[in-house]
Amino acid sequence: MRALSVRDVLLFLGVFGLIAITGFTQSWNVALGILNMGLISAIMALGVNMQWGYAGLFNVGVMGFVALGGLGAVIVSMPPVNEAWAAGGLRVLLALAVGVAAIAAAIFAWNRLKNAGIVRPLALIAILIAGFFAFRGLFDPAVAAIEAVNPATTGYLGGLGLPVLFSWPVGAALAAGAAWIVGKTALGLRSDYLAIATLGIAEIIIAFLKNEDWLSRGVKNVIGVPRPVPYEIDLQNDPGFVERMTGWGFDPVTASAIAVKLGYTALFLAILVLLLWLAQSALNSPWGRMMRAIRDNEVSAEAMGKDVKGRHLQIFILGSAVCGLAGAMMTTLDGQLTPGTYQPLRFTFLIWVMVIVGGSGNNFGAVLGGFLIWYLWIMVEPLGLTIIEFVTSGMADGSWLKDHLLASAAHMRLFTMGLILLLVLRFSPRGLIPER
Amino acid sequence: MDLLNAIVAFLNFVFVPGVAYGSQLALGALGVTLIYGILRFSNFAHGDTMAFGAMATILMTWWLQSLGVSLGPLPTALLALPVGIAATALLVLATDRMVYRFYREQKAAPVILVIVSMGVMFMMNGLVRFIIGVDDQRFADGTRFIISARDFKEMTGLREGLTIKSTAALTVVVAIIVVIALFWFLNKTRTGKSMRAFSDNEDLALLSGISPERVVAITWIIVAALATIAGTLYGLDKSFKPFTYFQLLLPIFAAAIVGGLGNPVGAIAGGFVVAFSEVTITYAWKKVAGYVLPAWEPDGLVQLLSTDYKFAVSFAILIVVLLFRPTGLFKGKAV
Repeated sequence: MRALSVRDVLLFLGVFGLIAITGFTQSWNVALGILNMGLISAIMALGVNMQWGYAGLFNVGVMGFVALGGLGAVIVSMPPVNEAWAAGGLRVLLALAVGVAAIAAAIFAWNRLKNAGIVRPLALIAILIAGFFAFRGLFDPAVAAIEAVNPATTGYLGGLGLPVLFSWPVGAALAAGAAWIVGKTALGLRSDYLAIATLGIAEIIIAFLKNEDWLSRGVKNVIGVPRPVPYEIDLQNDPGFVERMTGWGFDPVTASAIAVKLGYTALFLAILVLLLWLAQSALNSPWGRMMRAIRDNEVSAEAMGKDVKGRHLQIFILGSAVCGLAGAMMTTLDGQLTPGTYQPLRFTFLIWVMVIVGGSGNNFGAVLGGFLIWYLWIMVEPLGLTIIEFVTSGMADGSWLKDHLLASAAHMRLFTMGLILLLVLRFSPRGLIPER
Repeated sequence: MDLLNAIVAFLNFVFVPGVAYGSQLALGALGVTLIYGILRFSNFAHGDTMAFGAMATILMTWWLQSLGVSLGPLPTALLALPVGIAATALLVLATDRMVYRFYREQKAAPVILVIVSMGVMFMMNGLVRFIIGVDDQRFADGTRFIISARDFKEMTGLREGLTIKSTAALTVVVAIIVVIALFWFLNKTRTGKSMRAFSDNEDLALLSGISPERVVAITWIIVAALATIAGTLYGLDKSFKPFTYFQLLLPIFAAAIVGGLGNPVGAIAGGFVVAFSEVTITYAWKKVAGYVLPAWEPDGLVQLLSTDYKFAVSFAILIVVLLFRPTGLFKGKAV
C-alpha cells in the first residue's frame, strides 16, 4: 500500500504551484512568508490529526497549547532579568511550590479519607482554602516586586538565555504537561463535554498569559525573541553576502530578506519531514492499528484488553505536544509573544478546517490541508476585495453601500472558511486525501 | 449602619449584576439545551446566532429611531425585537434546511454535527462582521436608571449608593416572562408536549405520529427567539460587539451542562450558578469587608481572582460538576 497516489502528489504540486504563482505575480518575500506559516500550520494540523484522525478525540483547545509553546520560546531564549530574580524570583518559585503542595495534599487527603464520610469533603475544602491563602500571601508581594523592576522594558523574570532552538522541545513539553492535566480530568467525558472542557482550558491559558506579567509580560508583549537565523541587517552589512548577491544580479536588501526566510523554511521543513516520518511510522505500526481500532469501536477494543483510557491520554498528550512545538516555532518566526493576538477562530477552529479539508486520519492530508487553508486564509482577503471592487464598480463613488461593502471585504475570510468546511463535509467528508 | 452599607455595597456590585448576567446566561443556555434535547448535538454556533439576532434587532432599532419612534422610558429595541426574531428564525431555518437536515437524514454521529456547527459558526460570524462590522455599537435609549446612586444616597442617607440600571431590571423582567411562556408552551400545548415526547424517546414519538420535521422546525424558531432575546438583552445591558458573543459560548455551555444538558429547568439554574460564581469570585471585596470588619484593613483588593479569570470560574464549576455528578445538577440526558 503506497502512502501517496499520483492524485495526491498532483494535489501537493497544485498547492505549491499556487504559492509559486504568488511568488511570480506579487513577490517571493510574500510567497515565502505564506510557505513558512504554511509549514507551521501543517505541523499544527498534524497534531490535531493525531488526536482526531487516529483516536477520535475532539480537542478544540489547540489555541492554548500553541500559546504555551510560545511561552516556552520566551522562557528558554530570552535573557534572564537578574534584578527581577533578585527582587522576587525565588519567592515566586516558593509560592508555586506551596500551591502545588496544597493540591497534592488535597488529592492525598481525598484518597486517604475514603471511608471518613462528611470529613472527606470538609478536609478537602479546608486544605484547598488554607493552601490558596498561603499561596496568595507568598505570591502577591513577590509578583509585585518583580513587576516593579523597570516595567517599561522588563518587569518579568526573563528566560534562561539559551539558544532559541532549545525552546522548541521545551514548548512541546509545556503543552504536553498541560495536556496531561486536562487529559487526567476530562478524557473520560463524552466527546462534546471534552470539547467544551478543552475550549475552556484554552481560554484559561490565554488569560494566564495575559495576566501573569511576571512570567510573560502579559499584554505588554515580549518582543525581540532571539533568532536561529541571521538578521537581515547583518547580512546587508556583510560585504561577502552583498558582493555575491550583486554578482548574481539581486538587490542585496531584498536578497537578505529572502535569505532569512529561506533559513526558516529549511528549519521548519526539516522538522515537518521528521514529524511526518514519525507519524507515518506510528500510524502503520501495531500501535497505530490499535489506535484506529479503539477509535472505531471502543467497546470491542476494551474487550480485547486494550487500555482505552491510557491510550487516549497518550495520544492526547502527543498531539498537544506537536501543537506546542508548532507554537514555539511560530513565536520564533514572529520574534515576539503577543498574548492578545491569540483568538480561537484563528488558532483552534482554522486548524480544524485544515484537518477536515485535508483529510482526517491521513497525515499527508493534514499537511496538505495546512498549506492549502493557510494559503486561502491569506489570499481570500485581497481576492474578496478585488471581487467587491468589481461588483461595486458600477456604483456611484461615495455612496454608503459602496463604502460599506469595501470596508467589510476584509471579513469575507471567516465566511469563506466556514463555507469551505461545510462544502467539504457535505460532498467529500473524507477530505482531499482520504484515510487509507 | 455599617452593616447596612455593606449590604447595599453587596447588592450594588454583586447581586444586581449577578442577577442580570444570570438571566442572560439562562436564556442562552435554554437555547443550547433545547437544541441538545431535540436535535441531539452541542450547537457551537449558538453564540453567533445570538450575535446575529442582536444585530438584526439593532438595525431595526436604528431604523425606528430614525423615524422618531420611541417607547418613552423603555428602549426602542423592545419594539424591534419581533423583527429581529423573525430574521433570525429565517436564518436558522434556512441553515437547518441547507446544512443540518442532510446529516439528520443520514443519522450522522453527534460529533459530526458539532463539527458542522463549527462551520456554521464561521459563516454566521463572518456574516455579522460583514453586515455590521466589528466595532462597539450603541443602541440603548430610554431611561438609563431606575435608581441612581445619588438618589439612593439622598433617600436613605447611607454612604453607599445603589444603582439599578433600567436595562438590568428589564433583562430580569423579560427573562421571567420568556421563561414562563416557554414552560407554558412545553407543558400545556400539544406542540410543546410533542416536543418533549420527541426529546424523551424519538422512536416512540415517531410511532405515535409526531412529525419530526415539524418538531425540529418549531425548535429552531423557539431557539431563534431565545437567542435573539438573550443577545439583545446582553447588548442593551453591556454593549454590542460581535466578538463578545463568541466568548459567551463557554459560560453558556457551562450553564447548560451544570444544569444538565437537555433539561430546561437545569439551564436556568445553571445560568445563575455560573453568573454568581463568576461575579463573587472576581469581585474585589475590599469595600464590603471594610464595612463588616472595620478593624481589619486589608492591603489588597480582597479579590480572589482577577476579572480576566472569569472563564476559569465557569470552567472550574463545569469540571467539578462533571466529575462528581456527570448528568448535571438536575438530571440531564446522558447519551
